[in-house]
Amino acid sequence: MTEATLNAFDLSRQFGSNYAVRDVSFHLNQGEVLGFLGPNGAGKSTTMRMLTGNLAPSQGGVKICGIDIIENPKEAKALIGYLPEIRPLYKEFTVNEFLNIAARFHNVKSSYVHKAVEAAKEKCGLAHMSNRLIENLSNGYQQRVGIAQAIIHNPEIVILDEPTVGLDPIQIREIRKLIKEIGKKHSVILSTHILPEVEMVCDRVQIIDKGNLVFHGSIEDLKQHRLGNKLLIGLSKPPTLTKLKAINGVEKIEKDEHGMFIIKFKDKYLPAEEIVYLASKENWGLYHIAPHVTSLEDIFVQLTQIQTLDNQKIEVKKT
Amino acid sequence: MIINVARKELQSLFASPMGWIILSLLMLAFGSFYLQGVNNYFEVMSGAIRPAERVGVTIFVGQTVYGIASFLMLFAVPLLSMGLISGERKSQTLPFLFSAPISLTEIVVGKFLGLIIFLSILVVYILIMLSTLNIWSDIDFGYLLSNSLGLILLAASFSALGIYFSSLTSQPIVAAILSFIALFALMGLDKFFGSQPDHWFGYISLMKHFQSFSRGVIDSKDIIYFILFITTFLVLTIRRLDSDRLTG
Repeated sequence: MTEATLNAFDLSRQFGSNYAVRDVSFHLNQGEVLGFLGPNGAGKSTTMRMLTGNLAPSQGGVKICGIDIIENPKEAKALIGYLPEIRPLYKEFTVNEFLNIAARFHNVKSSYVHKAVEAAKEKCGLAHMSNRLIENLSNGYQQRVGIAQAIIHNPEIVILDEPTVGLDPIQIREIRKLIKEIGKKHSVILSTHILPEVEMVCDRVQIIDKGNLVFHGSIEDLKQHRLGNKLLIGLSKPPTLTKLKAINGVEKIEKDEHGMFIIKFKDKYLPAEEIVYLASKENWGLYHIAPHVTSLEDIFVQLTQIQTLDNQKIEVKKT
Repeated sequence: MIINVARKELQSLFASPMGWIILSLLMLAFGSFYLQGVNNYFEVMSGAIRPAERVGVTIFVGQTVYGIASFLMLFAVPLLSMGLISGERKSQTLPFLFSAPISLTEIVVGKFLGLIIFLSILVVYILIMLSTLNIWSDIDFGYLLSNSLGLILLAASFSALGIYFSSLTSQPIVAAILSFIALFALMGLDKFFGSQPDHWFGYISLMKHFQSFSRGVIDSKDIIYFILFITTFLVLTIRRLDSDRLTG
């Protein structure tokens, strides 16, 4: 078993009387990209601020490689690289100056600072921007400086809070590639509310809603939720439903709002071939056949709604 | 690590025109008062016939320059200290410092030290400027050193208070105005109690403690006063930043 580099247990944070985060426990394995998913205001950023020692938890604690961040903040913080949601860049400095400062602040040995800065720039594709003022860089490049700042001291854990917000599609792709690259060497926690992003870069995912952890599992689990055993077919001259139902392995047939059929089939069957065969033989006018994918959004809504229902039940019981 | 923070702070003071402008304006002011002091010296001394009226050139010119320096610091320090923490709050860069392996004490002391190094450029400049009098006369270096020490302690006290007010708000201008008002009041406390020179309230006044330095007297009582003043405000600043972490 790989060792957990980060352990959060019963993490809670109250602001006044309401909980921003409630009893969140999870761990991060070495060399793993963990996606932290949730709608706006779910408590993602609050959790990350607690993980990095920017905010004291009301209850619970965080251990970084076995070091408690509240008892030994210096040792623990040296192992983390953090990019907050609003990137903390001193805009009056050039890229080089800023990264030099970041390296020195993170205990990089002075003889090694130059090397560390060059390496970070190389990784983030900033080499040709070395002497530009950060203020004059585009949004995407500023974000790269933010990431470079977080990885400059070769930390065990890199925590990125919504790293792709506000970037254009090309920049987003590049940043994702970069995150994947970083994930090979470091453990990464990534928060986002963009669902496909999680599927693209993360190994494991957890979904947080209203301060509670509602789902955590591998990305395969999430995909399982999505795929199911469903086919989406479009027929311009559809036969009767009974005829379709007679196909081997078909369990259930639904019609969606565009007049297409969603065919749910039993495990270990794939009736696609038979459908195509029958369609051409009996002239159903088949124009579309594909696995039916529940969108991540739907799963997300499902998961968060289940949670809300549960909460309501609990409240009903209480009263 | 304190040195690293101080270095960053100095770098950032010099990265903007603000630092350079304040530095050059102050140097211009000190230079012109120095020149005026030297010119006046001959005028006044040629008029002074009785020996009791005569003073040395060091004291005559030094008083003018150090007097104006302590007064101008009152304006300069709030302008320099205003951004130290509130600027970071405004541009949301505090998490960068908080998530680095640096303690709050190191952050605050580092920032304070950075500003002191910046201000000591001015103090050293004044010292060198006045030392040039030695070319054509014999000057009292002890007097200059005691004044320099007094000036740097005074400026350090201003800075400590400035940092504290800077940590209270996210608007640098508000911090500057607040610290200016507070410093002005603290400077003049002894004036309010002019009729009772020994009243304890007057004793808190910053200026009262600077006065002995400006006479050339280094009194441990005054040094302790300044050190206590500085420590108090630095500790308050650390507490303020810590409460950020605790209350969010």
